[in-house]
Amino acid sequence: MGEIFVEMLSSPMLRRALIVGILVSLCAALLGVSLVLKRYSMIGDGLSHVGFGALAIASVMNLAPMTVAIPVVILAAFLLLRLSSNGKIKGDAAIAIISTSALAIGVMAVSMSRGMNIDLNSYLFGSIVSVSRGDVATSVVLAGAVLLMFVFFYTKIFAITFDENFAKATGTNANVYNMLIALLTAVTIVIGMRLMGSMLISSLIIFPALSSMRVFRSFRSVTICSGVISVVSFLIGMFISYIADTPCGASIVCVNITFFVLFFIAGKIVSGKRA
Amino acid sequence: MALIKTENLTLSYENMTVIKDLSFEVNSGEYLCIVGENGSGKTTLMKALLSLKKPIGGSITFGDGLIQKEIGYLPQQTGAQRDFPASVSEVVLSGCLNSRGIKPFYSIRERKKAAENMKRLGIYEIKQRSYRELSGGQQQRVLLARALCATKKLLLLDEPVSGLDPMVTAELYEMISDINKSGVTIIMVTHDMNAALKYATHILCMREDNIFFGTLSEFRKSEASDFLKGEGSC
Repeated sequence: MGEIFVEMLSSPMLRRALIVGILVSLCAALLGVSLVLKRYSMIGDGLSHVGFGALAIASVMNLAPMTVAIPVVILAAFLLLRLSSNGKIKGDAAIAIISTSALAIGVMAVSMSRGMNIDLNSYLFGSIVSVSRGDVATSVVLAGAVLLMFVFFYTKIFAITFDENFAKATGTNANVYNMLIALLTAVTIVIGMRLMGSMLISSLIIFPALSSMRVFRSFRSVTICSGVISVVSFLIGMFISYIADTPCGASIVCVNITFFVLFFIAGKIVSGKRA
Repeated sequence: MALIKTENLTLSYENMTVIKDLSFEVNSGEYLCIVGENGSGKTTLMKALLSLKKPIGGSITFGDGLIQKEIGYLPQQTGAQRDFPASVSEVVLSGCLNSRGIKPFYSIRERKKAAENMKRLGIYEIKQRSYRELSGGQQQRVLLARALCATKKLLLLDEPVSGLDPMVTAELYEMISDINKSGVTIIMVTHDMNAALKYATHILCMREDNIFFGTLSEFRKSEASDFLKGEGSC
């Protein structure tokens, strides 16, 4: 197994995918804890569809994909947050509308492009080939920023996740931190989308948090465990994808499903012992 | 000077005026119970006092050096919190955030404050336990400890005993009373008229067309207390 890993590392393409993937897995898992607990899981899903639309349009118009997708997805994140908190349209309906619209526009854009050199499949389900050298630099910087912000604002993120009204009443500007979480999520999704595919990226946000909540009981341990599960799942998934020649995004999600089942069973055993 | 004073306060809930021209004041050390029918705007009033809601008319002024963000608040529990993975000490510590500003993490001083408040409410021994595994009464004590971390002067409690059994309810009332005796002003929304009559120094009774505000003995003499005998819903 070690030998295969060394072999994997010798390929520059795989090295890039590993660097970006580890960082994205970590960011997504940390933010995921807060998103899942705030009942915002679907926002991640909605954003990845918007990201797909933005990427499709960017490549049809021959623009740099990340520079188009990042602002568009951030904008969509703020919009979704507003809609879910105080809109006439209920949050889940709003997300469904926005994500299917973006998907449809993206597919239209791709089908109308004459060259047809865009691989729809890789956009939807991800591909390691699509991680370019420029992407690596951007991803490392952005993911680093996400991690730093998360650690720096950890106590506030906990407070607004646990009890937004109390946090507001004691002078924490909850709206600013909600926007911060939305912003960091948007950035993470865009970086991760090329690798994982827009259909699968939101699983990186939701699965690790859900799995660790089965077993762990404090916010800090859930957060740390999510990060660990996510990175380990990513590495195992990449490994499987390499030796079995399966798509990497789907392989990683399957490992995450396995972890969820294991943690679910472990959680049952632990709580059974306590009772 | 009064700790909190409202003048001609008018509040709305979903575009309906629920409170009109409400004036009352609370001085340091007092224990005010807000009683009233469902839908009379008690929780809306709480939210206004916490600046979670803007009044559409009138004013709320703080005195005695009270700063708005230094009000301790015990909210009604939400469903989402009941299965939240958080340890007791994490929850209590989050009450200290208002003294942190932008700085990350908690200092030793704040950890000490949280520990003192946990000891005071008898939850220090369970500080590593998960909030979601606790009984209803223990959860309320955790939230009360958090509120105490946020304030030295004023506690706002929104129906703190709903869903608790009589024993635990009595215990919690005694704790709140002790906190009041140590110098913290209490404003409590409650449905429990007996508790209001037993502990409060002042009563604010809110009914649709008839608002009463005064001391406990004034309240006993007033006609506002008459309807208690009938319905007991106040």
